[in-house]
Amino acid sequence: MVALGALFQLSVLTFVPGSLKTGGLTDANFRAVLAPQYLRYIWDTIVLSALTTILTLLASYPVAYALARTPSARVRSLILVLTLAPFFTGAIVRTYAWMLVLGQSFIKWPVKLLFEPEGVLIGLVHFSMPTMILILAAAISHIDPVYERAAASLGARPSRVFLRVTLPLSLPGIVSGSLVVFAWTFSAFPTPELLGGGRVKMIANVVKDLALDSFNWPGSGAFAVVALVVTLLVLAVTSRMLGREAAADGHRPA
Amino acid sequence: MIARAVVVLLLAFMTLPTVVVVVASVNPTEMLAFPPSGFSLRWYEHALTYPQFRRAAVNSVIVTAASAALALPIGTAAALALVRHPLRLRGFWTAVLLSPLVVPGVAAGLGLLILAARLGLLANHAVLIAAHVILVLPFVIRSVMVSVANLDPMLERAAASLGARPWRVFRMVTLPLLRPGLFAALLFAIIVSVNEFVVSLFVSTRVTEILPVAMFTYVVNYTDPTMAAVSTLFIGATFVVVFAADRLLHLSRVFQIDTHR
Repeated sequence: MVALGALFQLSVLTFVPGSLKTGGLTDANFRAVLAPQYLRYIWDTIVLSALTTILTLLASYPVAYALARTPSARVRSLILVLTLAPFFTGAIVRTYAWMLVLGQSFIKWPVKLLFEPEGVLIGLVHFSMPTMILILAAAISHIDPVYERAAASLGARPSRVFLRVTLPLSLPGIVSGSLVVFAWTFSAFPTPELLGGGRVKMIANVVKDLALDSFNWPGSGAFAVVALVVTLLVLAVTSRMLGREAAADGHRPA
Repeated sequence: MIARAVVVLLLAFMTLPTVVVVVASVNPTEMLAFPPSGFSLRWYEHALTYPQFRRAAVNSVIVTAASAALALPIGTAAALALVRHPLRLRGFWTAVLLSPLVVPGVAAGLGLLILAARLGLLANHAVLIAAHVILVLPFVIRSVMVSVANLDPMLERAAASLGARPWRVFRMVTLPLLRPGLFAALLFAIIVSVNEFVVSLFVSTRVTEILPVAMFTYVVNYTDPTMAAVSTLFIGATFVVVFAADRLLHLSRVFQIDTHR
């Protein structure tokens, strides 16, 4: 309820950037979002979010599969704790850690990574993996292994079983995990702020620059509304699809 | 075999930053070097005596304790209402109460900053605490809702039929049966609040800022390994909490990873 109040304030605050607080109604802030110098940041945000989603999916599937299918309770516990620990360590600690790894003092990287888009991408993938792993593992664990055994007993090789049975059946998890990661990455703040070092900026960094450095709250509000709308739209699509999936085959998504 | 190696490599990728931070924190020189040229605890000493970190740590304790103390009763009441009472617009209320989970931090932070400025509450702990209560509530409500759904109303009715007044039923029957959910809720509340950064950055000042914000400011301005020492302390505490939670709550059940036997 209070959050709603804040959101309401936000949309109201798309007013003229008077030097101090407010002015009359205008769409200038939203037109500024589309100005060439800002449009670049929006494009960068879309590209980085898309790449993060794809790479996170590829990196998370094997771990999720192991987590869901390992017969050993101890291995499952270990994977779970390793997966969750970064989840709970907080954004600043995790991002600072990547500043150390990507900087040249620890490992001599052949190419510059820190303060480059590549470094931001690595940080974002690492940031998104726990979420993706948990969503995928839940989806994979809902698949009854009987299907895989049936395919194998009919002569399918393991790779064929995976491609024709496991992968298609885990598709709901893949889709919802990807959408959630995309939505979260789209409004990511600490990772691009610290790993981008002001050279790589995503939409949330523009919000912060305008609000806390230039005190242009209305202009900042316009960008925040864009981030908010995209995030909510993508997540709304996700829950819509999950609902239909559940209705279609009686699987419980949650 | 290859598959196993891939999984181990990916898990190593996930753990690599943690390891690097811990190694960096005992590095004796100001410039980071690998392998470290020795062992030193000077950065821990600096971290623990740095005034801004101390002030921020006190703020963190105040904000986390206050927001947990407020969010737990509010969240429990909301969970009971959402599960038990045939509310009109139940879907709407659920969406409103859980919305902080999906609203981007910068949007919520900016909204609260504007709101606080309008109310003349900037540079005040109250704004920060209110923000944390909002952010923590979804986790509290979800944890408690699971326990409420598993609670058999017959037990409460039995107590009432034996003459217990409503408050006594609540205190002697309902609350004890909700204990697992309340415990999980408290755990989530603390973890979320202690680590919250983006919204706090918007609504705090140098005087009210909490630890993650102070750490952010430090990283932006200094490069010495003091941050590594603080981070190691943070990671250590987190590992203990997550490990204990796995033992006590069986996290694989919380995250609905089924096991077929």
